[in-house]
Amino acid sequence: MTNIPSGPHPDRTPMNSDDSRENSLQACCGSIQKESASAWCCAGNTGPAPVIHTTTDFITFENRWDHFLARWGINRVGHIVAPGLYRLGNPTAGSPVFASANYTLSFDALRSVLSGIDAYILVLDTNGINVWCAAGKGSFGTDELVRRIDVTGLSGIVSHRRIILPQLGAPGVSAHEVSRRSGFSVEYGPVRARDLPAYLATHTATREMRTVRFTLADRLVLTPVELVHILLPMIAAVIALYFLAGPVAALAAVVAVLSGTVLFPALLPVIPTRDFSTKGFILGAIVAIPFAVTFALKPGMSGIVRIVTVLVPLLIMPVVTAYLALNFTGSTTFTSRTGVKKEIFRYVPAMVLMAGVGTILGIALGILRLMGVA
Amino acid sequence: MFDSYAENTLRYFPEKCINCRRCTLVCPHGVFAEGEHRAELLNPRDCMECGACALNCPVQAIEVQSGVGCAWAMISAALRGKDMDSCECSCGGPESSCCGGETTEEPCSCGAEKRDLQ
Repeated sequence: MTNIPSGPHPDRTPMNSDDSRENSLQACCGSIQKESASAWCCAGNTGPAPVIHTTTDFITFENRWDHFLARWGINRVGHIVAPGLYRLGNPTAGSPVFASANYTLSFDALRSVLSGIDAYILVLDTNGINVWCAAGKGSFGTDELVRRIDVTGLSGIVSHRRIILPQLGAPGVSAHEVSRRSGFSVEYGPVRARDLPAYLATHTATREMRTVRFTLADRLVLTPVELVHILLPMIAAVIALYFLAGPVAALAAVVAVLSGTVLFPALLPVIPTRDFSTKGFILGAIVAIPFAVTFALKPGMSGIVRIVTVLVPLLIMPVVTAYLALNFTGSTTFTSRTGVKKEIFRYVPAMVLMAGVGTILGIALGILRLMGVA
Repeated sequence: MFDSYAENTLRYFPEKCINCRRCTLVCPHGVFAEGEHRAELLNPRDCMECGACALNCPVQAIEVQSGVGCAWAMISAALRGKDMDSCECSCGGPESSCCGGETTEEPCSCGAEKRDLQ
């Protein structure tokens, strides 16, 4: 995935921008881009002319495979497009310019909806991060946009001075600052690339187009990555529990993790309360009940041992689910830092306490079992 | 009860507003609405502190302490003895690409992705 030049993206050029600059030498004043070449090379510029890449609106099987791997968190740094200017179709000096991130999912979402539209796509270097996250971090930002407009010689390629940004680029881009520094006015398009064709008809977005959602599909598509990241600790816990406490306890670990990473995102809006931690506690308690009942019905235990055996899953499983739920905040489209911070201070102490008591009780049970008492 | 999101750091100074409507264009949660003479603060509770409005307001009529509402980033910052407030979403460093699974259409999955950082 990292060797894009020879890899699955034949329509993309080498990642390294220095390479691009070198390649561009031969394009200077050449046939590739007459206007830009004349504006750039023949106007006393000593540096090489910027190369213009070519792309299409077609999503290949390789592209889809790349998207699939990205969704599973495989080779996280590899889902990249070379930053720079791309031509889509046969754009002229009057064609619109769209900005995107150099993350394959972002770039492909944009180009695939521009079917039949001749346009330029200006890909910013966001380190392979999607538009919204990169904007939050500032890498999809004013500085990079101004720099990329300059480096690509965009002002010599198009006759107008407008650039259409995805709305979610706005947390990193100050439109009036870009205008002041580059002469290009920023137009914020819709949140979702798929609304672009409708937007382009009037250049106004409806309130619906301007609003971020977090649908079931949006949430489910995130679950593979949530699961992948907790997989190793979960396997370790499963093995340990299997040998220390038996197959039912091992299954409880799997159920708690799946509840936090898959069931929780799926059921997010319907679980009671607003806080993610309390939602997680509720979900975790519900899935813990069958295990508590199973342990309660186990024959041959004294009263106090039976109570402790029942308590352990009821203490630990909700903590696992609640903690995973709390960590899902960063994946959502609506949690504020102020609120998440408040949640951490409110609930993490309770999580630590419950997990601590549950673990001590579990270890005590294990010791009793080894001693043949329980 | 069980709602940590009732308050946020969004502050609007309507007397400064020049009614350019940028805030109504950039807000992904419809917090601002177009008014006759100035933008109106419609749903302040829905603010997620992304900072787009404040950054795009040419007259500084909006203030917000922007940041990423990501528990993972804040907890790991706290564990490393760093300030939770100043910690950035560590997605997107050159050595890492944590925010995956995204397009312009989808939310940041920083929380999920950052575990392979450090």
